[in-house]
Amino acid sequence: MPGDKQSVDFFNPIADRIPFIIQGIPATLQFTVLSVLFGFVWGTLLALMKISGIPVLSFLADVYTSLFRGTPLIVQISLVYYASPGLTERLGLRPIDALTAGVLVFSLNSGAYISETIRGGILAVDKGQRDAAMSLGIPYRLMMRDIIAPQALKTILPALLNETINVLKDTAQVSVIGVLEVLRRADVVAKEKFVFFQPYLIAAFIYYVMIMTMTLIANTYERRLRRSD
Amino acid sequence: MIEVRDLHKSFGKLQVLKGITTRIEQGSVVAVIGPSGCGKSTFLRCLNLLEKPTQGQIRIGDTEITDAKTDVMKIRQKLGMVFQHFHLFPHMTVLENLTYAPLKVKGIPKAQAVAKAEELLHRVGLADKADTYPSRLSGGQKQRVAIARSLAMEPEVMLFDEPTSALDPEMVREVLDVMKSLAHTGMTMIVVTHEMGFAREVADRICFFDQGLIAEDSTPQEFFRQPKSERAKQFLEKML
Repeated sequence: MPGDKQSVDFFNPIADRIPFIIQGIPATLQFTVLSVLFGFVWGTLLALMKISGIPVLSFLADVYTSLFRGTPLIVQISLVYYASPGLTERLGLRPIDALTAGVLVFSLNSGAYISETIRGGILAVDKGQRDAAMSLGIPYRLMMRDIIAPQALKTILPALLNETINVLKDTAQVSVIGVLEVLRRADVVAKEKFVFFQPYLIAAFIYYVMIMTMTLIANTYERRLRRSD
Repeated sequence: MIEVRDLHKSFGKLQVLKGITTRIEQGSVVAVIGPSGCGKSTFLRCLNLLEKPTQGQIRIGDTEITDAKTDVMKIRQKLGMVFQHFHLFPHMTVLENLTYAPLKVKGIPKAQAVAKAEELLHRVGLADKADTYPSRLSGGQKQRVAIARSLAMEPEVMLFDEPTSALDPEMVREVLDVMKSLAHTGMTMIVVTHEMGFAREVADRICFFDQGLIAEDSTPQEFFRQPKSERAKQFLEKML
């Protein structure tokens, strides 16, 4: 069919480099998973500081969150990657490589966002649950872990999924510091072949498929969590 | 066995309890009644330190629980509490609701905790619901599970905070029946309630709260036949 012929022609100029772009998926996923994982742990800690009722801790956590939410991610990446060598040199350390810098910034950044989500989730759990737990003599740590957290997790799961998708999309920004993830590879191909539309279209398609897959997985998981409702 | 001396509790500028002094003997059933906002629930919540008293002492057995050195968790294990809105743990089955605290807080062996939980469920008539999640239960069933959950910790005293107020009328009876049978076992019970029938029938004592104070403290016979204060008379006229 003529249509098929045309579409094959359309991608012909970069056909041999499509696998190269696809090979960026592991790097993108690695970034996303590591950042959300560390971000979640860090965000949980920040959230606990915020609800601790200890003024110093909640103030520090609030300032931290406001700094990371109040500046563009690309500026944070540039600061850590381009500006930190001066610091590490003075301290006699090796400069941070691009991957580490990327994961570091993403974790610190998503930690700020996730902490707000978690704080909201914890506060949304019926206050009576704490009363019940305390009246049974359940200590704070166990109450948080076994009573409050599972219920909070259920309410924040959609928000957490959103955050993961945001991080995945934001990972494209580490292409500026030279990590060979999907967008960076599309860049390379574009500049190599002097064709632009096709490689970026492929990159867009790859991102879309990854995000839809994640959405699907998360929806299934959420349905399982709601079993007890 | 419970001794309360000059108990005050304020929330900011609002004085809720203004000097409660009373003694509750072991094995007695005390009904705490009074108009809403009079401090009944706050009084109850002070007894297991869900609210921290602003002033005054509470002694349970020979422990001064208002003493800063007292282990709050240990005290709370001695006092079971049942709430108006049940507060079962929604992500645990009925059996898990009953066994969680005995297992994790008291460190009782699993087989023993499960056996105790099953016995308690049998006592409240819900032996067949062990593997059900709370969302599948009716209000009355939830409250009976909540009572069993408290009893699983083998408390010395049971506190009830308006246990039937959130229930549909046809479910009040089943919960009151469980409470009645509990009273017959000699459990010390303090019950904040609007169920005058229950107060009259089951309680040995009525504490009538008004504006943060115990306005009247008498036997049900006396209280319901001829209340001493004008406020209590007005209250009873509305309730009966």
